[in-house]
Amino acid sequence: MFEALSDRLSGVFEGLRKRGALSEQDVSEALREVRLALLDADVALDVVRDFIAKVRERAVGAEVLRSVTPGQQVVKIVNDCLVDALGGSGAVGLDLNAPAPVAILMVGLQGSGKTTTSGKLGLRLRDKSRRKVLLASLDTQRPAAQLQLEQLAQRAGVASLPIIAGQRPLDIAARAMDTGRREGYDIVILDTAGRLSIDLALMEEVRAIRAATNPVETLLVVDAMTGQDAVVTARSFNEAVGVTGIVMTRMDGDARGGAALSMRAVTGAPIKLVGVGEKLDALEDFHPERVAGRILGMGDIVGLVERATETIDQEEAEKLARKMAKGTFDLDDFASQLRQITKMGSLSGILGMLPGVGKLKAQIADANINTKMIHRQAAIISSMTKAERRTPDIIKASRKKRIAAGSGVSVQDVNRLLKQFDDMSTMMKRMNKLGQKGLMRQGLAALMPGGRGPAGGRRPF
Amino acid sequence: MAISGFFSRLKQGLSRSTQKLTEGFTTVFQKRRLDDAALEELEERLIAADLGTAVAARVIGNFRRTRFGKEVTDPEIRSALAEEIAAILAPVAQPFIPDPAHRPHVVLMVGVNGTGKTTTIGKLAHGLAAEGKRCVLVAGDTFRAAAVEQLQVWGQRAGAPVIAGAQDADPAGLAFDALSRARAEGADLLLIDTAGRLHNKAALMEELRKIIRVLRKQDASAPHSVLLVLDATTGQNALAQVRVFKEMVEVTGLVVTKLDGSARGGVVVALAEAFGLPVHAVGVGEQAGDLRPFQAADFARSLVGLEDAPV
Repeated sequence: MFEALSDRLSGVFEGLRKRGALSEQDVSEALREVRLALLDADVALDVVRDFIAKVRERAVGAEVLRSVTPGQQVVKIVNDCLVDALGGSGAVGLDLNAPAPVAILMVGLQGSGKTTTSGKLGLRLRDKSRRKVLLASLDTQRPAAQLQLEQLAQRAGVASLPIIAGQRPLDIAARAMDTGRREGYDIVILDTAGRLSIDLALMEEVRAIRAATNPVETLLVVDAMTGQDAVVTARSFNEAVGVTGIVMTRMDGDARGGAALSMRAVTGAPIKLVGVGEKLDALEDFHPERVAGRILGMGDIVGLVERATETIDQEEAEKLARKMAKGTFDLDDFASQLRQITKMGSLSGILGMLPGVGKLKAQIADANINTKMIHRQAAIISSMTKAERRTPDIIKASRKKRIAAGSGVSVQDVNRLLKQFDDMSTMMKRMNKLGQKGLMRQGLAALMPGGRGPAGGRRPF
Repeated sequence: MAISGFFSRLKQGLSRSTQKLTEGFTTVFQKRRLDDAALEELEERLIAADLGTAVAARVIGNFRRTRFGKEVTDPEIRSALAEEIAAILAPVAQPFIPDPAHRPHVVLMVGVNGTGKTTTIGKLAHGLAAEGKRCVLVAGDTFRAAAVEQLQVWGQRAGAPVIAGAQDADPAGLAFDALSRARAEGADLLLIDTAGRLHNKAALMEELRKIIRVLRKQDASAPHSVLLVLDATTGQNALAQVRVFKEMVEVTGLVVTKLDGSARGGVVVALAEAFGLPVHAVGVGEQAGDLRPFQAADFARSLVGLEDAPV
């Protein structure tokens, strides 16, 4: 059965971490698992082969065998190789350095998410780069595709090229560039129809569009769930139109990594953006080191922090932190924390970013903890009196009944919430004792009450 | 439906898609002893065709038992491999046949984003209308921009009425109203489109279950078919998709789309082995007639690059 790459690799490296010294056989054994995991995660065969060879070359040898902690060393090598394979550290931004209007051409297979990505990109360039953007759909194949982009443009608050029925893609492209010039747009995003890499006529068409519009960026939009075919797609589009960047869509699914590795290896073009949700603002920079970390089960801490700073009310967070430090954390604070969490997006999305929670995440998925449940908990707290929120200890049977009735849940639900609050307070105390450094070193596991940590108290490497 | 057209089309698509697989076999196996190294390479080739490690291992296991150490030629290998794959696929190749006892036979179309649900509904309606069945379409994707208009175009092509609600309307309510209307009109089929959703989003999966709950208030046996639309370019994640959708909404059958591309569609084999869900149809193009019944033997022979597939 399918296993996330990170789960599988953390299993392998757990074995490695336990050993004092690392033999060649250990490396081979681990690499066999790495190879299988990569294949199951849809990394293309050739790419896997090269990758494994690179890791083996660096792992088997004095560097590892003489090092103090061999397991960590191998993990680091695999991680470094992954980062390299994904394009080296640091995000690669869009190249917008050209006289306006700058054309951006979106290409890809059917259903890879070109139109949605075009809308997201429009919003992003408008908000973050402060550009005047024009969206134009050249998709005359799929019914209502042009209308879809028009509606997305409206939602994103950017302009779209008026639709003229019956006009051919090449003519629409010319009209878009012309409109861009005349009306002073900074950027023109050209959304093309989905096409098969083997459809010679349509590939010829997109080549002609490229020649006519001379785009600064030609972005290949690829579904993150793509299998071995990613290689064929990437190669053919790259040969036909010269891909300058890749956009991975549906990275919020549970198929992470595989295709990204293949695409990057085949085209040599950087992965510039990732789609992480259905909302229009769910388009993020691609950070190789973060994705490599996520693949390895080390978590995307940087992404979490970034997301947090964007959504969390700084003042409120500081207030909370002070209360935590003083140990005067009450149910009101708990409620405000719940609100912050829901603002950051789905719980599983957040957890995916944390180190060492691979298994915990699966448990949570089983327990069906979701955003809805958090809303319910907030409702329970809203049904309490101020006194109850400040001193939860006074909440006894009849109060519980009243609170349950008030928030439309059962008394058990109220109990569960109070228990959770209790656990949290305990956690706060531990955290204070541990200090910032200890937390960084031991991760979440250190905070879990006795032995209930993710994966039985295993430490992130 | 022109059968020969189907095969040539499928073969056309698959032959390109299997080029690599074929080349691999040719270079690896021409007049060669089937030893461990050869078997390992063969296994890798299968994995490269998206068959998945489990199926690849099973096929290799059988080869090891029966042919280990023998001198084998390329066509022998391919034939044997095609037989292996066809044996796995044969039980799941079942055409979609609506039950005339249900009026209407309710079909719920589900899947992740961008697999081709709306297009498949359009093609399905077109085919059924050609057989004289009266279909009613429901534009249940109220989330994606212009999904309603897209289905309306297909409805016009198929001559089938399309029931649509407002943007972001509750799809369950829409489906409920559509079912009462279809019942009143005595339609043969009610085809309900839904918004694409990633299987790991619990809230969105719950929304699908709600549609089913609501439909059952009128007809306890509805929906009579829950079709999961899969993109042939999808890799091993297809297994996760099928597992979750099956668990959550009791999927009754699969439709595999975009088989006219370079994707090998090998994951279908892995799915057949893991779940045994019927594969009702395959999509091989963007035209209304490009939805065809799934044929196990020919699919298998085409997949391994055999050109002499019987038609």
